[in-house]
Amino acid sequence: MISSAIIPQPLAKLPWRLIFLIVILACVGLLTLYSAAGGSLRPWALKQGLTFLFFFAVAISMSWLRESTLKSVAFPIYIVVFVLLVGVELLGFVGKGAQRWLEIGPVKLQPSEFMKPVIVLVLARFYDLLPPSAIKSWRAIWPAALMLFIPAALILVQPDMGTALMVILIGASVMFIAGIPWWIFAGAAGALAAAAPLAFALMHDYQRKRVLIFLNPEADPLGAGYHVTQSKIAIGSGGIFGKGYLQGSQSHLDYLPEGHTDFVFATMVEEWGLIGGLILIMAFYLVVRWGMRVSMNARTRFSQLTAAGLTATIFFYVSINLMMVMGLAPVVGVPLPLVSYGGSAVMTIMLSLGMLMALERQQRTGSGISSLRIPA
Amino acid sequence: MKHQPITPVHQSLTFSRRMMVFGGAQAAIGALLVGRLGWLSIAENEHYSLLSESNRVQLIVVPPRRGWLVDRNGVPIAINRSDFRVDLVPQQLEQPEQTLKSLAKILDLDTDAMDRILRDLKQSRGFQPVQVAENVPYEQYAALMVRLPELPGVRPMRGFSRYYPHGPAVAHLVGYVGTPSAEEYEKTKNPLFLTPGFKIGKQGLEKTLEPYVRGTPGGQRIEVTARGKLVKELDPQPDRSGQTVKLTIDAGLQEFAARRMGDNSGALVAMDVASGDLLAYVSMPAFDPNSFSQGIGRTEWKMLSENDHIPLLNKVAQGLYPSGSTIKPAMALAFLKQGIDPNRKFHCSGGVQIGNRYFRDDAAHGTVDMHSAIEHSCNAYFWAMGLKTDPQLTTEMVNYLGYGQEFDLPIPSQRFGTMPSPSWLEEKYHRQWQGYDTANTSIGQGYVLVNPIQLAVMPARIASGTLVQPRLLMGTPRKPIPPLAVDPEHLDYVRKAMAAVVNEHGTAVASKLPLDGVLMAGKTGTAQVFKLGARGHQSNWALRDHALFIGFAPADKPRYAIGCIIEHGGFGASAAAPIVKDTMTYLFDKQKAYAALAPLEEQWGGTLAERNARELNRIKAVARANSA
Repeated sequence: MISSAIIPQPLAKLPWRLIFLIVILACVGLLTLYSAAGGSLRPWALKQGLTFLFFFAVAISMSWLRESTLKSVAFPIYIVVFVLLVGVELLGFVGKGAQRWLEIGPVKLQPSEFMKPVIVLVLARFYDLLPPSAIKSWRAIWPAALMLFIPAALILVQPDMGTALMVILIGASVMFIAGIPWWIFAGAAGALAAAAPLAFALMHDYQRKRVLIFLNPEADPLGAGYHVTQSKIAIGSGGIFGKGYLQGSQSHLDYLPEGHTDFVFATMVEEWGLIGGLILIMAFYLVVRWGMRVSMNARTRFSQLTAAGLTATIFFYVSINLMMVMGLAPVVGVPLPLVSYGGSAVMTIMLSLGMLMALERQQRTGSGISSLRIPA
Repeated sequence: MKHQPITPVHQSLTFSRRMMVFGGAQAAIGALLVGRLGWLSIAENEHYSLLSESNRVQLIVVPPRRGWLVDRNGVPIAINRSDFRVDLVPQQLEQPEQTLKSLAKILDLDTDAMDRILRDLKQSRGFQPVQVAENVPYEQYAALMVRLPELPGVRPMRGFSRYYPHGPAVAHLVGYVGTPSAEEYEKTKNPLFLTPGFKIGKQGLEKTLEPYVRGTPGGQRIEVTARGKLVKELDPQPDRSGQTVKLTIDAGLQEFAARRMGDNSGALVAMDVASGDLLAYVSMPAFDPNSFSQGIGRTEWKMLSENDHIPLLNKVAQGLYPSGSTIKPAMALAFLKQGIDPNRKFHCSGGVQIGNRYFRDDAAHGTVDMHSAIEHSCNAYFWAMGLKTDPQLTTEMVNYLGYGQEFDLPIPSQRFGTMPSPSWLEEKYHRQWQGYDTANTSIGQGYVLVNPIQLAVMPARIASGTLVQPRLLMGTPRKPIPPLAVDPEHLDYVRKAMAAVVNEHGTAVASKLPLDGVLMAGKTGTAQVFKLGARGHQSNWALRDHALFIGFAPADKPRYAIGCIIEHGGFGASAAAPIVKDTMTYLFDKQKAYAALAPLEEQWGGTLAERNARELNRIKAVARANSA
């Protein structure tokens, strides 16, 4: 926080450290997209920059939202997004094939993308409403589980395994933080392991292939394992200092597929090396730490859970994407927020950050009855 | 489930603890990511740098042009003809199915070819192109060039294919070239072997001379995108074509001899008696080696392998035949060396009793000496003299003159046959040498097996009086040729007798050379193929005797020696000797030789080239009928 007499109050009250980190990340993204296009603003960097600016403005304005507002909209928004998801499903059937978007005029809406922050809000609200004594009862579990798994299942059949996985992980994080018994998670993990063969059987062919290739990428270096193989080559060949900006052969010669979207980290690290990669990871780490602080400092249960859940959203985006591009996880199609080209992830992250900033502002101002700590 | 009421205090505590766990898990995953990043970019940096570089830079291998094979006068025997070829670069294919369909239509590819292309495409690695077609006719090539922009991944090229101007006449001498097999690649791991259009020698001299004629491939190092688009050209390296290899062969003689053999199945080897240079190396019938360098069709292969004249067999190197009476001059030298008086008279009454078996001769030759026994090919004389001499010493002499001997020639696989002796028999069959063994050996039957090269080496040694060795390559260093360890007078005697065979009243007088002042000396041979069959004329081709002839000319001042075997040709005098006569004539007077050949070829239905072309058309028609 900058406190100076010269700067007007509303500006001084912005979380500048976070904004600084976000701008760094966005700039790294724009530079990389500029390079991935062979040293050109088109087709990605310019559009991404505009998208970022738009959602950045949205996030800043969201920072004046009140916690009570967030609380009151949690269930209604959840229902709207849920209906949109079902709508996509129905239209998808009509349109024959996987359809993740709803086209409303020039705007492409991807309801599954909204579901990530919204699931946080609705679960936080749910546990906020739940009497503390009920946290170890089934009442704490089954409604949350329904709210989580029905949309996740809808997203999974779109099919969008990455987003479904993210939604489940985010929801589970909120439930974990909320304090439902730990053995539920242990049990779920056990059940998941047991159900893995079944899940495998239910997967689409391309998904199944990805899992198999993840387990043994060398089996098919030119086929389905190609993405990961080329991504590891890009990252590994960058070395400590990288090949230099605009000098990455893997991305510039098209060996790295999706070098501007899911595999943008490989594009970046090839040119900036280990140093660049570490700086990016450090920036994300600081953003996540900032979010975790917001959660720790929160004075209401709703804001605790919301802040933790939104931070988890950012964390899962980054960690799943990085594990994917470095060959530690199957390729499930999760972009690197703020860096990968594409408006959806930028939107989700900026909405999350906007809400986090709102919660953080409440902490600092400490105003309002809703922000009062419930006395022990 | 509930032990005590849970209060907000508890909840707050739980929250802090869960946040610690959650934060710890995040930190652990963060550490894992940093560790992985460090591992990839530090520990594995070298490995991935190499991979990245091999992605970036591709080598377009330009197969070297194969060195020529030329005859002793520089006349080309194997050369390269420029042709059009079409390859596919799998990585550049955008719509494989569509592209293949278009190619099949433009290039007129059959299902066989399409199957092969699909198989190759599945197995192709990296940037390695896959061959679609070679020897594409210009019209099709032009049609393809026009449509090229809509066919990404298709790479039309100008290449070279091996061409043998003499066709079947040199088939068994040069062998053929073909695409390296998977095993050959596995053995060498040479990436050149995977380059479409690259051929290696598969048989004959093409195979044995491979190290000389292959050359070194050139290459263009290029930077390419993953889709195979060229970004920039790096340092190119020109290919170096293989060496030209000069053979001792006389291409004209080779072709004449091959043509003169007509429809016969057999072999002819001609040799320069002074140097040992092989002038002709003919095995007929033969395949067209040009068919092989273009990739032989299944129908043609089937027809070749089913032919009873075995055109796929190199009869010069691998055919083994009883020598028949051609052994007699060498036998005579062995007898002379063991003190048999050449003037000693022998009465041939048509056969000789050896042990409990009576050996019957073709005719009763009456009273003969060594000269007339050779001249008239009197078996009884040789049976009788063989029994009077030491079979071990006799065999050694015949072997010394060439029969059953091994030669150092650049031919992939040779069979050298057998010159049986008592010690050999003991070792091989564990039995004593008997009188009938002597009798059989004396007339080149029984265990005696010779190859057609030996049929030329033996007369060459007798003619020159030296231990001349056959040679096929001009470049090889010449060793001094030692004289034969044989009394020159004996040699002179035998040469005169051989001259009488052709020029006096002998078995081959019909094959006297039609030249003034050049006499040929020789010896006929008729080798029994089927013991119980009637000698001579048999209606069943496969049961008839082999006809052999060995000869040299001029008889008084020998320059050339020729050995010839015609399978199932009947009497040596009737089938083999006339061929040797005309071939020998060619060496002294080409016009006269061709004059003799013309009416024969008319009878056979055209020249070798004409008959070959007609045969290929017939094969094509059969192939078309089969595939339809």
